[in-house]
Amino acid sequence: MEEQTDLFRVKKGLAQMLKGGVIMDVVTPEQAKIAEDAGACAVMALERVPADIRADGGVARMSDPDMIMGIIDAVSIPVMAKARIGHFVEAQILESLGVDYIDESEVLTPADNDFHIYKHDFKVPFVCGCRNLGEAMRRIGEGAAMMRTKGEAGTGDVVEAVYHARTVLGDIRRLQSMPIEEVMTFAKEIGAPFEILMETRELGRLPVVNFAAGGIATPADAALMMQLGVDGLFVGSGIFKSGDPAKRAAAIVKACTHYNDPGILADVSKNLGEAMVGINVSTMPDEEKLAGRGW
Amino acid sequence: MKIGVLALQGAFEEHIVMLKKLGAETAEVRLSEQLDDLDGLIIPGGESTTIGKLMVDFDLLEPIREFGLAHAIWGTCAGAILLSKDAHREQPLLELMDITVERNAFGRQLDSFEAGLDVDFLKQATGAGDPFHAVFIRAPIIESVGADVETLISLPDGRIVAAQQGHLLATSFHPELTGDTRFHEYFLSLVGAG
Repeated sequence: MEEQTDLFRVKKGLAQMLKGGVIMDVVTPEQAKIAEDAGACAVMALERVPADIRADGGVARMSDPDMIMGIIDAVSIPVMAKARIGHFVEAQILESLGVDYIDESEVLTPADNDFHIYKHDFKVPFVCGCRNLGEAMRRIGEGAAMMRTKGEAGTGDVVEAVYHARTVLGDIRRLQSMPIEEVMTFAKEIGAPFEILMETRELGRLPVVNFAAGGIATPADAALMMQLGVDGLFVGSGIFKSGDPAKRAAAIVKACTHYNDPGILADVSKNLGEAMVGINVSTMPDEEKLAGRGW
Repeated sequence: MKIGVLALQGAFEEHIVMLKKLGAETAEVRLSEQLDDLDGLIIPGGESTTIGKLMVDFDLLEPIREFGLAHAIWGTCAGAILLSKDAHREQPLLELMDITVERNAFGRQLDSFEAGLDVDFLKQATGAGDPFHAVFIRAPIIESVGADVETLISLPDGRIVAAQQGHLLATSFHPELTGDTRFHEYFLSLVGAG
């Protein structure tokens, strides 16, 4: 048997297996079990969910490796963990722990105000956030094997998730409809690597799996993002900051599968208890928004 | 010929693309009534715990079991786990194939790999028996097979990665992630034979 691994395909491949699923933020092994039992396709291990990072302030960093290992040992599904933007040593540490995906995340305090991690250098795959097509193309150029539209994490307000998904998907529709001679200038305008932009134009979608994130709190939010055309969902504070996490988690998983069936969506939306309280993004000062982090 | 792809979670779209390349009619299956007019079913890669839970929640376990008695079903990766009778863990399974599997048998994502597999048996159905480039992602292995199960592919160390029991097919790798349609052609030949 000759080993002939196309590393980027293997990295992208795991994200393809997560499609149509919900990746949930968890802060303890117990929460990880609840998420797995509710049907999560993966968990994001972190010390504080974004709503608490917001409330606590201060510098948010990679989580304690011991806490991450506890979660890896607790579940059979893939485990992701977050590194700060540009903090390639946090990424090296997470890789050595054996996490299945690293999220180079704007939810943590950036470690570099100019540069992201060069992700092709790692064997572990990375997911990164984006607000528009140019940002997605740059992250893929650096080696991200999965994208997520950023939304505004820790708010429970879906408005930014919708805006970023519509922007990325709308940019792709525009890219496809423009004559080919306009693509290079478009690449210049949005700061995108030309070859990856051409590949995107050819495919009519991002060349890697694209999930939505940042503010999804209800089954209806989940189905809204799926109907807009993303491949799956990250739900952070929305589950474990709600009144009945197990029930809400299971309902969001079902909504992600049956996103086109309003009867089922109505059914799974019943009696879920309190949703997370939430912060209205339109009244939030710009400097408190996390989505602007990333270059 | 109409082939359903179970679309609860996972890489179902990739299978549909491959089937369409081969001219098959396709359908996404999320509810049991969608099995009614199908000639065969693919259970894709994804997370077997997620897919299994959704099968229970939406009453698909029994209908798929019944479907499998008379029709061809192919499970890739998570799908192979779901076809098995034992995965060494409390999780819903179809138990259609007399195989036991070990989940994540090669390790975590860092141990995912690709390999060229000897697939001489594909020659008859597809006309080409040259090595098949296979993608293994947090892949299971087929630990043991019952008397009615034929081992199709083993790795050089003897671990089984593809097996067949009549019209039921299990592979621990992902033919839907490469451009090579031979496994899909082979599955269609099983559907046709049924």
